[in-house]
Amino acid sequence: MMRFSTLLKKPAEWMRSTGPDHDIVMTSRVRLARNLVDHPFPGWARKEERLAVMGEIKPAVEELSEMKEAFSEEMTNLSAIEKQVLVERHLVSREHAAKGPGCATVMNRKQTISIMVNEEDHLRMQSIQPGLQLLRAYKALDSIDTELESQLAYAFDTRYGYLTACPTNLGTGMRASAMLHLPGLVLSDQINQTIQGANKIGLAVRGLYGEGTEALANLFQISNQTTLGRSEEAIIENLDRVIRQIIENEQNARLKLLEDRPTMLQDQIGRAYAILTHAHIIPSKEALNLLSLIRLGSDLGVFEEEDREIINVLLTEIQPAHLQIEAKRKLDAEERDVLRAEIIRRNLKGLTAPDFGDILSNRDTDDE
Amino acid sequence: MKCDVCQSEDATVYFSQLIEGKLKKVNLCKSCAEEKGVTDPTGFALADMLQGMGEETVTEKRTAPGDRVCDECGFTQSDFKKTGRFGCAHCYEVFAEGLENLLEAMHKKTEHCGKVPKRYEATRARRERLNDLKGKLQEAVASEDYEEAARLRDEISKAEAESEEAPSASAGED
Repeated sequence: MMRFSTLLKKPAEWMRSTGPDHDIVMTSRVRLARNLVDHPFPGWARKEERLAVMGEIKPAVEELSEMKEAFSEEMTNLSAIEKQVLVERHLVSREHAAKGPGCATVMNRKQTISIMVNEEDHLRMQSIQPGLQLLRAYKALDSIDTELESQLAYAFDTRYGYLTACPTNLGTGMRASAMLHLPGLVLSDQINQTIQGANKIGLAVRGLYGEGTEALANLFQISNQTTLGRSEEAIIENLDRVIRQIIENEQNARLKLLEDRPTMLQDQIGRAYAILTHAHIIPSKEALNLLSLIRLGSDLGVFEEEDREIINVLLTEIQPAHLQIEAKRKLDAEERDVLRAEIIRRNLKGLTAPDFGDILSNRDTDDE
Repeated sequence: MKCDVCQSEDATVYFSQLIEGKLKKVNLCKSCAEEKGVTDPTGFALADMLQGMGEETVTEKRTAPGDRVCDECGFTQSDFKKTGRFGCAHCYEVFAEGLENLLEAMHKKTEHCGKVPKRYEATRARRERLNDLKGKLQEAVASEDYEEAARLRDEISKAEAESEEAPSASAGED
């Protein structure tokens, strides 16, 4: 069994590796909701009932071939900070982190599959892949789900599909989502239009940490809203098509910014570089938004390609709980801002100043 | 006033939340409040914390007259109105009335056509065949082909009798 300290030392596989369209799509995630028959849903169950369900599900999950040497823990055995670390890595939901007795989390070594026991449903299984690979993320979960259904008696109805605590998840119980980095659409004021467009065709757009969270670092989560009446593959296909359209819009917005407002772009990226490499006190929100600009810079080719990986890891490492694990003690907000600035300076040491030469001179020759 | 969690520091954070229609209060010191995440109200549920403190929230059952109750888990129609969630899988049968409209508003469609667990595949196939036959019956009636309609009607009642014998869908286990 993997210990929490091992889990911490290893950044999740999806943070280190790249996938298709990874310049704009950070990650693809799919989650499935499942419940057992003859047990009340977690939100309505008594403590003993939740413990009984956990006693049934946790061993079945631990026995999955995917879960060899997995991390598996009851939520009551984790400290507030450890739980927060899992939230910051998107391995458990914020709701799950607030749960008490009878709730558990199991995840594989690569941290690509995490399974929450007694979240809103008895089982919430999640799969993460880098870049745009929704179908691959689904297939990974699908086989786990099929393996589990032979062990566990799922609540299923031939008309309504998988029965979930909330009717908004009924049917497939599937939520597929992608985390998109859209600085071009934000800088060119097209983001609201994009969000409204997605909403109109039944997709939800949220901030970095899900429902009700603010859009930080120009990151947006887009997901299917409806779960009933279409197959898993059809839902994913539709979402995938919309995401490809957004990617195209983002690429066009970036090109247009380079064309029409190169000085503004140079200024924004230059300032981000200057502040991040020299600041000694930096709040989370400012850091995230500036790191987003560095990421944009590396997409545009003004930084080295390999710098992108540092940015991806930093986005997580500068979050409050990760900082406190690094410091091995509790930190107040001011102390966190100091340590955050220090970590960023250290990691960006090798980053050379942005070089717009090639991009802008190419543009000039185009003009002539 | 002392902190409800550590019982040693003075409480400086006062938190109230409406749980199942009753106002619950908790008083915390600064460090316990941070520990429990009270500073972030969206990620904090007082009910879970009170349960964690050993004080299981007592759920008084005051069923209003005429309020439908799930015979398996005791969840009521008004609980559903309040939380937007059901108590157990069986609730979907108990509160079936009006559910169709709700689902249509939420999902535009009301019938599952995704993955089916192996143990339900046979039931599912029967259901699809039945729907297919019913569609054909309507067509036959519409085109005034009464001979065909009569034949289909017999086939439907035969198919329905077969599904009656099959295990009920949501009871589930073989």
